[in-house]
Amino acid sequence: MMNFINRQNRFVLIAIAAIALLILPLILQQGGNAWVRIADAALLYVLLALGLNIVVGYAGLLDLGYVAFYAIGAYLFGLLASPHLTDHFPWIAAMFPQGLHLPLWIVIPAAAALAGIFGILLGAPTLKLRGDYLAIVTLGFGEIIRVFLNNLDQPVNITNGPKGLNQIDSIHFFNQNLGRPVELFGFEIASVSLYYYLFLALVLFSVLICFRLERSRIGRAWMAIREDEIAAKAMGINTRNLKLLAFGMGATFGGVSGSMFAAFQNFVSPESFSLMESVMIVAMVVLGGIGHLPGVILGAVLLSALPEVLRYVAGPLQQMTDGRLDSAILRQLLIALAMIIVMLMRPRGLWPTPDHGKSLQQKPAAVPPPEAVVEVAASGAAH
Amino acid sequence: MEILLQQIINGLILGSMYALIALGYTMVYGIINLINFAHGDVLMVGALTSWAIIIKMQESMPGMPGWLMLLVALLISCVVAAVLNFTIEKVAYRPLHNSPKLAPLITAIGMSLLLQTLAMIIFKPNYKPYPTLLPVKPFEVGGAVITTTQIMILGVTAISLAAMMYLVNYTKLGRAMRATAENPRVAALMGVKPDFVISATFVIGAVLATIAGVMYASNYGTVQHTMGFLPGLKAFTAAVFGGIGNLAGAVVGGILLGLIESIGSGYIGVVTGGVLGSNYSDIFAFIVLIIMLTLRPSGLLGERVADRA
Repeated sequence: MMNFINRQNRFVLIAIAAIALLILPLILQQGGNAWVRIADAALLYVLLALGLNIVVGYAGLLDLGYVAFYAIGAYLFGLLASPHLTDHFPWIAAMFPQGLHLPLWIVIPAAAALAGIFGILLGAPTLKLRGDYLAIVTLGFGEIIRVFLNNLDQPVNITNGPKGLNQIDSIHFFNQNLGRPVELFGFEIASVSLYYYLFLALVLFSVLICFRLERSRIGRAWMAIREDEIAAKAMGINTRNLKLLAFGMGATFGGVSGSMFAAFQNFVSPESFSLMESVMIVAMVVLGGIGHLPGVILGAVLLSALPEVLRYVAGPLQQMTDGRLDSAILRQLLIALAMIIVMLMRPRGLWPTPDHGKSLQQKPAAVPPPEAVVEVAASGAAH
Repeated sequence: MEILLQQIINGLILGSMYALIALGYTMVYGIINLINFAHGDVLMVGALTSWAIIIKMQESMPGMPGWLMLLVALLISCVVAAVLNFTIEKVAYRPLHNSPKLAPLITAIGMSLLLQTLAMIIFKPNYKPYPTLLPVKPFEVGGAVITTTQIMILGVTAISLAAMMYLVNYTKLGRAMRATAENPRVAALMGVKPDFVISATFVIGAVLATIAGVMYASNYGTVQHTMGFLPGLKAFTAAVFGGIGNLAGAVVGGILLGLIESIGSGYIGVVTGGVLGSNYSDIFAFIVLIIMLTLRPSGLLGERVADRA
């Protein structure tokens, strides 16, 4: 497949893809803002999946509580850019007489930093744990954060409990409020489309970071840890620091996308950060192709956008089954079936990493038959 | 003092249900190294099936004694859940035997979601009252109260656990299971059929989960399609707490977790002066687990497994 995409074709392909991505919201916008919202949500999920891919895909640490970092970012933005804190704490109101509306340039780094710190805090006690223990501890961490968000309205009201935070500011960007439509050459660009461009820029930036990370010393060290921690250690890799770094970096992505989510929705509540959400992000990464950037992006877009699109098409079906099979249920059913069927057909994901470098492709005779490889892998796992 | 005794009784009941569910997790994990995410939902299917059967029986033969109805419903739903779990393993896990480790985990999560959705379509999403079939008159033990249902739970759990221990330690199947858990390839060389053992494990796990599910439903009095999630999660925590793959560990872990949760949520308000309430009870399990695993990474009774290259 790589043969026909030579350098020139590739350039044309990238140019076409870029133009398509740029005009996508303008087209979708004609069909109603709801369609652009789907694209926005998909981009946010791509961002989350890219972050989780660092932890699960590169470093091989199964994190089932990733949504906690998303929640931390979202709540931090919500608290620092909504009337909630000034309403409930007179001393904060006294400090900020115009209300608490911190600019983006403070809130986003703060969200990234806070989430990163939490990531390292979570990582530190779990360093010694092996795969499945890690899964359950991270899962527990996600639940702990959610329960605290749900209950921290007493004795002092910090998170407003299950009601969530309201009236969160939209993003202001060089005196430009993304919450309002923009008129450009007589063409109106809706607020959701503006968010689309912001998220797209963030996604591209993140892809760049991930791409560079993957090929850096750090990325290669992560993959060495993933493949064999002991061997990695023997090669002089500081596994402790690198694992913590993976947790921290992954969490940072979660924190940033969380704050974007809060600004985009203007509302956050603990309900958005359930375990199911974490599980969905893991599913996106694994379904797409773990550790492989195009695969991860594909997985995120498929699992987030397709079911939403379905919601609009499922109306007739709902009438046919007199309400029993409504769009939400159908969506859940399809996600479940997709997870099972895709994994059964392609256990390494829809678009997996190409097999171990190019040397194997050049000398096919030297490669042992696939069954033998599987046998060795199985016996290796069993010992 | 009465409060403490009451919390201990509640904790034991909760813990014995966790122990039953945790056994299913730990057996499956011990043999195929998979966190069977759908286990809690098998429990849910068992409980919902028994509910449907009891409702049908109450309509068609109202004269039947309550305990008999419960027993019949329990037996039928055990069979249903066993067949279901057997099929799940055949369809969703077995083909992925030699795949990357995360693949069966994702199909397990998918199965869990699928079972919940199907149950929602078939049984409707509302909470359904689970009929009380045993006499409701409570007994008093030293100031604490215990109902007939709760006594039944303790009894049934004790019997199931004893039967499990016998099965695993003293029967041919049990020996085959232990051998497969230790090393599937060598076990196969010794004439054990790993596929049969795996299927048997899933069937036994489903039966235990169904028993726990029916107990859970009779204790709390409601059934719903999401009911399996939280007990499943806690039971898995219990299995890890006790040392995953270790049967005695699952039982000890389950009962301890039940006790910690019940006593903890009973006293947290007093200890923190009302700052934290019993609405935090769901996170005790995880906090204890995190502390535990930091101090002893292989669980209470887990063997220290050295990392192997």
